Amino acid sequence: MTKKIRNLKELSLSNDRYEGANLMCPGCAHNIIVREVLNATDDPVVVANATGCLEVCTAVYPKTSWDTSWIHIGFENAAVAIAAVQTTYETLKKQGRLPKAAQKLADEGRDIKFVAFGGDGGTYDIGFQSLSGAFERGHNFMYVCLDNEVYANTGGQRSSSTPIGASTTTSPAGAVSYGEKMMKKSIVEIMADHGAPYVAQVSPSKWKDMIKKVQKGYEAKGPVFINAMSACTTEWRFASEDTIAVSDLGVDSCMWPLYEIINERDEHGIIYRTKLNITYRPKNKIPVEEYLAAQPRFKHLFKPENRHIIDLLQKAVDIRWENLQRREEAGV
Amino acid sequence: MAKKYELNEIEVWDGNTAVSHALRQARIDVVAAYPITPSTPIVQNYSKFLADGYIDGEFIMVESEHSAMSGCVAAGAAGARTATATSSQGFALMVEVLYQASGMRIPVVLTVADRALAAPLNVNGDHSDMYLGRDAGWINLCAYNPQEAYDLTLMAFKIAEDLDVRLPAMVHQDGFICSHTAQNVRPLSDAEAAKFVGEYKPVNSMLDISNPVTHGVQTEEDWHFEHKARQHNDLMNSKNVIKRVFDEFKTLTNREYNLVDNYKLEDADIAIVAIGTTVESARIAADKLRDEGIKAGVLGIRVLRPFPFEEIVNALSNVKAIATMDRSAPGGTFGMLFNEISGAMIGSGKSPIILNYIYGLGGRDTTIEQLIEIYRQLDDCARSNQRKYPLQQFIGLRGPKLSFF
Repeated sequence: MTKKIRNLKELSLSNDRYEGANLMCPGCAHNIIVREVLNATDDPVVVANATGCLEVCTAVYPKTSWDTSWIHIGFENAAVAIAAVQTTYETLKKQGRLPKAAQKLADEGRDIKFVAFGGDGGTYDIGFQSLSGAFERGHNFMYVCLDNEVYANTGGQRSSSTPIGASTTTSPAGAVSYGEKMMKKSIVEIMADHGAPYVAQVSPSKWKDMIKKVQKGYEAKGPVFINAMSACTTEWRFASEDTIAVSDLGVDSCMWPLYEIINERDEHGIIYRTKLNITYRPKNKIPVEEYLAAQPRFKHLFKPENRHIIDLLQKAVDIRWENLQRREEAGV
Repeated sequence: MAKKYELNEIEVWDGNTAVSHALRQARIDVVAAYPITPSTPIVQNYSKFLADGYIDGEFIMVESEHSAMSGCVAAGAAGARTATATSSQGFALMVEVLYQASGMRIPVVLTVADRALAAPLNVNGDHSDMYLGRDAGWINLCAYNPQEAYDLTLMAFKIAEDLDVRLPAMVHQDGFICSHTAQNVRPLSDAEAAKFVGEYKPVNSMLDISNPVTHGVQTEEDWHFEHKARQHNDLMNSKNVIKRVFDEFKTLTNREYNLVDNYKLEDADIAIVAIGTTVESARIAADKLRDEGIKAGVLGIRVLRPFPFEEIVNALSNVKAIATMDRSAPGGTFGMLFNEISGAMIGSGKSPIILNYIYGLGGRDTTIEQLIEIYRQLDDCARSNQRKYPLQQFIGLRGPKLSFF
């Protein structure tokens, strides 16, 4: 049964499975997203975590921030890890060998929820093969990408999620460079094209939208992908109190559009209907420039010789927004 | 409930078939696997057993060996008995996760049909993959024939899962020479095998929601060393559990296993030390030398890790000249067996003549004649009490003789 959450206060008083007093940078969006994903359900949640900021900041022996079962193996295998844990659950349930509490819950018709968290490094890049394999096989879990568009844990190197024009430590802006050269990978569509029953993009600044999508994800049968914008105070270089404000600029400029893709499918992965819904339409779509101006990683774009990259980005955002609206209208 | 598989008292099985039946009989909860030559038939047979209703557990046909081992580690953490099979490049792709399996103390069983590592690409048997993983913190058991591959696979579960051990275990067999060579194998019945292996005892199961657990933490300079030291300590001490399981297996089957497999070493002057099918060839060569009155013996490494130091030293204590046979490209130094046997002998105050032979790379056949020639060199050294040959020689190699040191 979907948990009823009416307001932020209620959400903040939920049964906490994640200790916020951890080693993450002040203002890190990861903490907000993870806590809300775990609190969006009353069912037990079991977590797999790719190597990255979240993992290194929350499970440093002898301490743990996780009051729910959690596993980290490596950088590139969170998806197969959670798939194997979920497979173990299925076989032990079938064989009647689940631990008592889990068996009791299963007898009541409630299942443990299986969630994996990875950064964009562990998701778009090094963990993509494992992610793709797990989605193709149709395991029952939710993968949440904490997308901060950079390898933040290791000092801000570019990833395939880094947007064009961003200055990172391996795509630095300089006398003859405007920073990252390529647009980011369209991970949401790629995962939807795996035939996932539910795929969505979220931002912690729109918490109701995020919770609603996460809850849809928990209800879906099969692999679910949630791409969460995780504004990074350290690498995007904004003040730590501005996390939500910067996230809102991303959403309102449509740099980070909020939408979902639903594949009506059966257990064999046959898709009968695909539907894309835009879940947030800015009343006043602000120029991309305002989003960029809030983050020193894009500071160099405001030099005269780099202004054309801002124009290019605006064009790319407009085209994508247009395409999303067309897909929504066409119901495909 | 899985169907019972009717087996004959004696089956004609190759190593892969033998291992796949051992895996079936061990009642594994989750197998995550990716096929690779020459271990592919293990994965195929297991799939067929599942399709025909002989298996209760789950099989995840993953997209790579990296995911295969990752899946096994995660399933193990969730409370599953788990195993997989691989060879060569697949083994190499697993290496990162081999260390994670042992460091996280997940008793995965990995059956390896050992094969050369590219480049050049080669599908045939040698021990390059075994050597690549030897420091990964796993128990390493070595079979020389299909019967042993079957027996050791069953025993591997019991050893790895023992609560005093809780470490992953590999069972090695030579690619093709053992994995694809059919021989008589006496299997246990399904019921006997299940009883021997026993029920899986989960430790810190992730699915015990009344007691949440954190698996795979970070430790830096303040705790990492203690974790690795404890892990090494438990691997060293697993020797006792291995011996106990070998004894229990002997009681059940009358088939005897020891940490090292000694052949006519009691009075031997010269000995070959080897791993795998070559041990059996060396026994034939030793007998031929003995026909001439030369006291030759063979030491087969049955348990490579934990290293059977005392057993090796005891078995070789009166041997005058030893050939250490390494079936892996030594990569710029001596072969592993040379280093480890030399270390063991010197460490116990012995100073026999020890030579290193590199052989059989990429499936190159090693003949009885070549082994006899090795014994003749050893005999020459033993009689004169002089090292008359280079420390390292390549045997069975085309072209001019290659040797070093």
